[in-house]
Amino acid sequence: MADLSIEFAGIKSPNPFWLASAPPTDKAYNVERAFEAGWGGVVWKTLGEDPAAVNVSSRYSAIYDNNGEVSGFNNIELITDRSLEVNLKEIEAVKKAWPDRALVVSLMVPCEEESWKKIVKLVEQTGADGLELNFGCPHGMPERGMGAAVGQVPEYVEMVTRWCKTYSKLPVIVKLTPNITDIRFSARAAKRGGADAVSAINTINSITGIDLDQMSARPMVDGKSTHGGYCGPAVKPIALNMVAEIARDPETAGLPISGIGGIGNWRDAAEFISLGSGSVQVCTAAMIYGFRIVTEMQQGLSNWMDSKGYKKISDFQGLAVPNTTDWKYLNMNYKVVADIDNDKCIGCGRCYIACEDTSHQAIDRKVREDGSVAFEVIEDKCVGCNLCQITCPVDSCIKMEQKDADKPYMNWTQDPRNPYKDAS
Amino acid sequence: MVMSMEMPQGYSQQQLALDQMFKDINPALSARQAGIESSRCYYCYDAPCVTACPSKINIPSFIASIHADDLTGAAKTIYSENIMGGSCARVCPTEILCEQACVRNKEQEKAPVKIGLLQRHATDNAQFVGHPFKRAAATGKTIAVVGAGPAGLSCAHRLALLGNEVEIFEAADKPGGLNEYGIAKYKLTDNFAQKEVEFILGIGGITLHTNKALGKDVSLQQLKDQFDAVFLAIGLQDVPCLKLVNESHPHILNAVDYIKELRQATDISELDVPKDSAVVIGAGNTAIDMACQLKRLGTEEVTLVYRRGTEHMSATVHEQQIAKDHEVRIKTWARPEQINLDDDGSLRSLTFRKTYSDNGQLKDSEESFEINCSAVFKAVGQKFAYPQAEQIIPTISNGKIATFGQQVTSIDGVYAGGDCTSEGQDLTVEAVQQGKLAALAIHHQLSQEA
Ligand SMILES: Cc1cc2nc3c(=O)[nH]c(=O)nc-3n(C[C@H](O)[C@H](O)[C@H](O)COP(=O)(O)OP(=O)(O)OC[C@H]3O[C@@H](n4cnc5c(N)ncnc54)[C@H](O)[C@@H]3O)c2cc1C
Ligand SMILES: Cc1cc2nc3c(=O)[nH]c(=O)nc-3n(C[C@H](O)[C@H](O)[C@H](O)COP(=O)(O)O)c2cc1C
Ligand code: SF4
Ligand code: SF4
Ligand code: SF4
Repeated sequence: MADLSIEFAGIKSPNPFWLASAPPTDKAYNVERAFEAGWGGVVWKTLGEDPAAVNVSSRYSAIYDNNGEVSGFNNIELITDRSLEVNLKEIEAVKKAWPDRALVVSLMVPCEEESWKKIVKLVEQTGADGLELNFGCPHGMPERGMGAAVGQVPEYVEMVTRWCKTYSKLPVIVKLTPNITDIRFSARAAKRGGADAVSAINTINSITGIDLDQMSARPMVDGKSTHGGYCGPAVKPIALNMVAEIARDPETAGLPISGIGGIGNWRDAAEFISLGSGSVQVCTAAMIYGFRIVTEMQQGLSNWMDSKGYKKISDFQGLAVPNTTDWKYLNMNYKVVADIDNDKCIGCGRCYIACEDTSHQAIDRKVREDGSVAFEVIEDKCVGCNLCQITCPVDSCIKMEQKDADKPYMNWTQDPRNPYKDAS
Repeated sequence: MVMSMEMPQGYSQQQLALDQMFKDINPALSARQAGIESSRCYYCYDAPCVTACPSKINIPSFIASIHADDLTGAAKTIYSENIMGGSCARVCPTEILCEQACVRNKEQEKAPVKIGLLQRHATDNAQFVGHPFKRAAATGKTIAVVGAGPAGLSCAHRLALLGNEVEIFEAADKPGGLNEYGIAKYKLTDNFAQKEVEFILGIGGITLHTNKALGKDVSLQQLKDQFDAVFLAIGLQDVPCLKLVNESHPHILNAVDYIKELRQATDISELDVPKDSAVVIGAGNTAIDMACQLKRLGTEEVTLVYRRGTEHMSATVHEQQIAKDHEVRIKTWARPEQINLDDDGSLRSLTFRKTYSDNGQLKDSEESFEINCSAVFKAVGQKFAYPQAEQIIPTISNGKIATFGQQVTSIDGVYAGGDCTSEGQDLTVEAVQQGKLAALAIHHQLSQEA
């Protein structure tokens, strides 16, 4: 059986599955239940200075898929609304009771050296394994000059990181906000400040939808709403990209990354790890299904690793990074063409109308003698865009077949059709 | 359809009790079920389900509207092709129509989208302010429709929609045709047929004359003289007989007559229900309906006897399953030979001759058997009979009114549709479609003349 244990920025954990800083990690009761369920670590819900934050009602909203399952989740919650003292006491007790699990504490205080100095010292005394700096909270806190207001300014990220590294011996993980145009700038800043790792992503500014009867977004607080933080399965593609950007940026390459955003099962986790993550954090999935999902996550990851011959997490960590490149290095000589398997085709016509209306008119619709309809790809017109394959509801009915396999690799910088070839 | 929740006049407690006994055989979907079911539709291009629907409802479109929470839009899409979308959703043998053609049968899930139930969900829950359609500017034309069954009502509705005035002549005292008098009670519950008629007439411009029969109260000649066109939708009126001695015995009944009585009964005690054993002869949906309804009424043993094999039955596999679910005994390869009465003249049993197929030819075997029964219900099909007193009669072929494309009969200005013609299968949805096509043809013809 594969070994799932990890060492992330010096923090040891029996498996890579951590609970992200959020309500599931807001108190000892939850965290102990999580450890009992098998989570390898937690990032304690963000602590701040007293007096503790005050939350509104209600706080969450969601978007759903066709089966009524949550696909995107949104919250307008602040950092912990319990006092610093109580939190610190509980952290200390929990760490004592669960020495083998990773216990990282998330922090957010005003952008002043004294405030940070004070709190990192307090946390260090609890015996916690590490610090995570919350530079991501998109609502409530930025108005007070914290959270995303810091995370969006690389200079601040660097400065606060440096303070924490100066006053604490603990590993410092900088949690990045996705509410920026280029994640690399904040990741670089964190690294310059001396961060031991980054975690990404925090939630994305969002409005999940409008209640058309009350003419207000959700969640509603007495008829009014505000933008909240988006997370859950819907944000995974964005999170994966940001993780990949950090992993392949020469300036931050090798900096440990804790992958966060839409992770709900072992496969999601494996994807984040293949893009360089050393641990993964989960929030929404645990909030929707409870802590028990970690059982299937561990089991699934381990089974898959066994099937691939990976003995430990680092065996496949980052393997997909070199295959994530810039557009200009993609092979211009590679060509695929759609091929429809008529034995599998059920005749829904979706590939046809999608290609006809919105793509390259590369699918021919032929009415057979018995009145049934057959669809055929016109190879010359097919650009291999995948649209038909994406629309086809039948498993592996449309395959993208490689053509001209004998042509050599040639990227855009080498392509004679590139007008700026010589300049690039 | 906006239907009042109040009980229609003459609806008694006893009828409610009877309705209870005939609860919906195929209950409605919940909103949640409809949401999930609607998401199963692939929104096919040139969808085969539409081709298979006799009334050509734009199925992917109405399902997409359901999925987008627009039940009113969904219902309007349905009604624009089939104004009886509500009853069709309940009575259509979807397993041989739209749902049979659904591409999801071919796919790994091997389960069609539940089109009929979705259609019902939309039509039951739509919320129109007034009637969903507005009539076109008046054409000044008036058309007579004979028969207020699905074909007649559909034709009248479409003609009215197009701006014409319509008068319906109906022999019975209630409109609706077989929806009111023939369809099994558990398929159309809660007085649905009458509520639907009210909804259809809600468009305006239609005058309904009940108890006015062609061949008795009016003649085709009169109608031809008084109206710009005539549409005949008189259905099937007659039933073939078995040609057996004692067939006129009071307990040898026509299934359709008994169903009609059952459909109209307001109190179960009005019905003569065979207690121990009854025999139903036939193999179509009427036979199945009859047998299942007897079971629901409390007849202990119901045996359905058919002279050929189950594979030859015209009742669909789905209908046969309904019979099995009702614990109806189905005996095949036997034909009724003799009606046996007791000395006091009461019905005792029926003797059957076993049959077999000799290269497709039905042959009698040596063996026979007897089934004890206190009632026999004949469900061996319905026949067309043109009103005898009529002077002018359109050409009849294959025992029904002949139509020559676009529902035109051999008589100028006279159209026909529904069961009384030899076109299509005898189904509600076919009747609705033929009524609609006739209306379009009539309107087209009259606008050209004008
Ligand atoms: C027992 C039974 C069960 C059925 N079950 C189903 C089912 O589950 N699903 C399905 O799709 N189909 C079913 N059908 C068939 C379906 O009911 C018919 O195909 C459909 O009703 C035909 O419509 P129509 O308008 O042509 O005729 P009808 O519904 O028969 O209507 C004809 C109308 O004309 C009137 N009329 C007759 N003669 C005259 C006259 N001389 N003057 C004036 N009016 C006259 C009649 O009173 C009647 O109102 C069933 C039929 C029967 C008999
Ligand atoms: C209700 C809620 C509260 C959260 N509170 C915090 C917080 O206090 N500190 C923090 O760093 N992130 C917070 N997050 C963000 C999560 O830690 C995580 O980054 C985000 O939800 C993405 O992961 P997911 O897709 O697995 O949910 C919160 C998220 C949710 C849903
Ligand atoms: S989308 Fe797939 S199943 Fe549908 S017609 Fe095209 S190839 Fe066939
Ligand atoms: S009318 Fe009947 S056949 Fe047509 S879609 Fe509706 S249920 Fe199916
Ligand atoms: S064939 Fe089935 S999946 Fe396709 S449009 Fe019709 S109901 Fe939907």
